[in-house]
Amino acid sequence: MSIKRRTFIQAAGAGLAAGTLPLLGRKARAADFKAGYIYVGPIGDFGWSYQHDQGRLAADKALGTTSTYVEKVPEGADAERVIRELADTGHGIIFTTSFGFMDATLKVARDYPDVKFEHATGYKRADNVATYNIRFYEGRYIQGVIAAKMSKAGVVGYIGSIPIPEVIMGMNAFILGMRSINPQAKLKQVFINSWYDPGKEADAAKALLDQGADLMAQHTDSPAPLQVAADRGLKGFGQASDMIKFAPNAQLTSSIDHWDGYYTERVKAAMDGTWKSEDVWKGLDTGMLKMAEYANMPDDVKKLAMDTEEAIKTGKLAIFKGPINAQDGSVKVADGTTLGDGDIAGMNWLAEGVEGDLPK
Amino acid sequence: MDSVVFTSVVLSIISASTPLLLAATGELVTEKSGVLNLGVEGMMLVGAVVGFAVTLTTGNAFIGILAAALGGALMALIFSVLTLTLLANQVATGLALTIFGIGLAAMMGASFVGQPVGKLPALDLPYLTDLPLIGRILFGQDGLVYFSFIALGGTIWFLFHSHAGLVLRAVGDSHDAAHAIGYPVIAIRYGATLFGGAMSGLGGAYLSLSYTPMWAEDMTAGRGWIALALVVFATWRPLRLLLGAYLFGGITILQFHVQTLGLGIPAQMVSMLPYLATIVVLVVISTDRSKIRLNAPACLGRPFHVSG
Repeated sequence: MSIKRRTFIQAAGAGLAAGTLPLLGRKARAADFKAGYIYVGPIGDFGWSYQHDQGRLAADKALGTTSTYVEKVPEGADAERVIRELADTGHGIIFTTSFGFMDATLKVARDYPDVKFEHATGYKRADNVATYNIRFYEGRYIQGVIAAKMSKAGVVGYIGSIPIPEVIMGMNAFILGMRSINPQAKLKQVFINSWYDPGKEADAAKALLDQGADLMAQHTDSPAPLQVAADRGLKGFGQASDMIKFAPNAQLTSSIDHWDGYYTERVKAAMDGTWKSEDVWKGLDTGMLKMAEYANMPDDVKKLAMDTEEAIKTGKLAIFKGPINAQDGSVKVADGTTLGDGDIAGMNWLAEGVEGDLPK
Repeated sequence: MDSVVFTSVVLSIISASTPLLLAATGELVTEKSGVLNLGVEGMMLVGAVVGFAVTLTTGNAFIGILAAALGGALMALIFSVLTLTLLANQVATGLALTIFGIGLAAMMGASFVGQPVGKLPALDLPYLTDLPLIGRILFGQDGLVYFSFIALGGTIWFLFHSHAGLVLRAVGDSHDAAHAIGYPVIAIRYGATLFGGAMSGLGGAYLSLSYTPMWAEDMTAGRGWIALALVVFATWRPLRLLLGAYLFGGITILQFHVQTLGLGIPAQMVSMLPYLATIVVLVVISTDRSKIRLNAPACLGRPFHVSG
């Protein structure tokens, strides 16, 4: 909980600094400003949507604005209807927080040029549509480094949700981190075609562990896979939020998403009229991505993890730096070159060491 | 596949099948009395959240499980009052019950999100549980798994070997005739529906206390609907229900093994398998209409009101 409290204070501080002199005037205006948020999962998932909602609450608290959220919005036709409704009911800025909301967001944005839209994890922008994302793969790389040290078999089980670049780059970063320590390491993956389904996630985790993996990693949102690992006396990684409470003896760390600062900044910009369409993709260095406390591991592994984190933060360590081969052994990134953001964002191949095909 | 993996896969299949078996057994009894309650999903969710909340606050899983059964039964009571006493349409009311249950459970569970709970304790007998291969399968389960079999056995005995069961089936097959002989049709249907609700509640409690020991919104993820389909799949025969639940649970687990083994089958295809299997079996069974008619309660879903 300490992390959450810290960010709350941070966000509150930012709000205070921003609202210095014309405090009264701004307050009156701020309360009239409405921000809208749509989530793909329930805010009770304790993962992805939960963290976005924490960001929403922090922004409201810091700025004194009001907000509306709609949870459990299916990716598809329904999303467009919900976004349109928010745009139609006086929301000045609307955050659509799942990859699958991309086209719906752009479509509605065309009809509401005065409303600002922010689409998370997407790549299509317009004058009033910005995109934002966190470099989650940085955290995955650190997880991979830890996994290589902690897995006896050198095989990690990895639950994928949907085969989009976001998930693929995470898997690749993980195996690259693993292989930086153990060149024979393997990653066994399974795609469950869902972001959130505790039962299915648990089933997939059991299958992966039965197939020889001895450590769990996941790109789905519930603590279920971690619990399965804990139940078998094994270890694993949390996802999106700190899940240590669910597996006090099993969680090694967790990549935690922090949208607080970003939401506060963007809502304020929309309110002040300084908002611009941008493409924000930040990671560990800005605090948008934080690692939960490194736990349940020996001190030397902890130190290695912290050093890796530091090296990524300072830019000393580039994750997608050649040579990197694809599954079939073909060279994807040549020795001495580093992948640019565009190539990372569009990644559609699995790196050497990942077992199992990409679903077509 | 070595023996450790075999045991572990069978254990996974049992835990995937248990919530389905519990809820479907309850629904089977409900339907045998002539009541079609489509609210299984909603009742399971309420059971899941109540079971979780009570276990967490009292620290006693047994009380939690009882409360889950009670929660499911209370949901069924709402359904019963609406459809049996006030004669509302059963299909519409059942659907509404599911939607209501999803929202109610989410509301009740809001403060329990992100809280861990201890997993239901499993049986641990000296020597027996440690037997290779079958030890943990037969002697290392938690209480709800054993109860799912006891409840199924009890249901078979009740429905087909007891007088009360005969009466219940009579009510489901011809409520007018049963009424004419003097049986309390409505009271019997109330009882069967409440039993169905309680069993759904237990199925939900298994999810939130054993399968994935946590509360998360929508955690049933459609299992209530599968339980409903299983009753039809089983053509209202309890033993076939057991077969169906385990077949379904088995495919649920094996789909991931198929995927990790890299057999080149698309993941989307594999996740369709359990549903595809249900449809295929339904079609196969439906080809022999007389068999269905033999077991299906003739008055299923039809409202009963005393005329004259």
